[in-house]
Amino acid sequence: MANFTPISAAIGGALIGLSAVLLMLFNGRIAGITGIAAGLLDPASTDRGWRGTFILGLIAAPLTAMLLGLSVPAPAAQMPSSMVTIAVAGLLVGFGTRLSNGCTSGHGICGMARLSPRSIAATVIFMVTAVIVVALMRHVVGG
Amino acid sequence: MRVLASLICGYVFGWGLYISGMIQPAKVLGFLDFFGIPSGTWDPSLAFVMAAGLVVTGVGYALIRPRPPLFEAQSQWPTATAIDRPLIAGAVLFGIGWGLVGLCPGPAIENLATLSLPVIVFVVAMGVGMAAHNFWQTRGTAASKQNLASAHAADG
Repeated sequence: MANFTPISAAIGGALIGLSAVLLMLFNGRIAGITGIAAGLLDPASTDRGWRGTFILGLIAAPLTAMLLGLSVPAPAAQMPSSMVTIAVAGLLVGFGTRLSNGCTSGHGICGMARLSPRSIAATVIFMVTAVIVVALMRHVVGG
Repeated sequence: MRVLASLICGYVFGWGLYISGMIQPAKVLGFLDFFGIPSGTWDPSLAFVMAAGLVVTGVGYALIRPRPPLFEAQSQWPTATAIDRPLIAGAVLFGIGWGLVGLCPGPAIENLATLSLPVIVFVVAMGVGMAAHNFWQTRGTAASKQNLASAHAADG
């Protein structure tokens, strides 16, 4: 477990939780990235303002880290080399999170924190599916 | 005010993903690779992110639940409860995409900061997938568009 970073993981997780609590306290909204982003893309949307600034804040965090001289590893080297695989995965993530109405943040954090059976079910399903896909990709297909 | 509040929340969320390492696909895949448990390469960090996030969110939500939000008329707590076919099918599709690349929507969008081409391709495809769902769900009447608007707030 050479890569295991429990302390930074817990600090980061607590910050994500803090963000979720603050967004509900301030604006009465669930901090689900899927819902926030999808509302930006919806032509009928009437509340793009707060959605847009949330996304801007999200992107501003690693930019600040870069300005502070902290390392922000380029993800390209960690991703599949095939752009087709990447595009298909992106489509699946976009469509799937909308169909199930939430992702790792909306269901995994906000929903499970409310003890919502629906969110717990969604989180278990996407986690187990992803574990199976990684097992197949790394140990069956990829060898 | 709510626009500024949301900016701060996004910023804190972004630092959370950055500090936890969940912005890195390799770290997420290191958790999802359960074959790494016997071989000693498994990285349980994601479980610690989830656990800390759930404790803070659970306690925080319980404390603020009874009160209205500061900058809006009322809170939009999710009301959906059904474990139905869309939920299950959507979670499976999301899980496949997540396992293939190691990016879920938050880290994908945040990684746009690196101006990395594969990330841009992923986020554009993700946007197309979301828009395709919006289009698919709203083919039809204004009433279903109304449903979509409320669906955005349903779970997250």
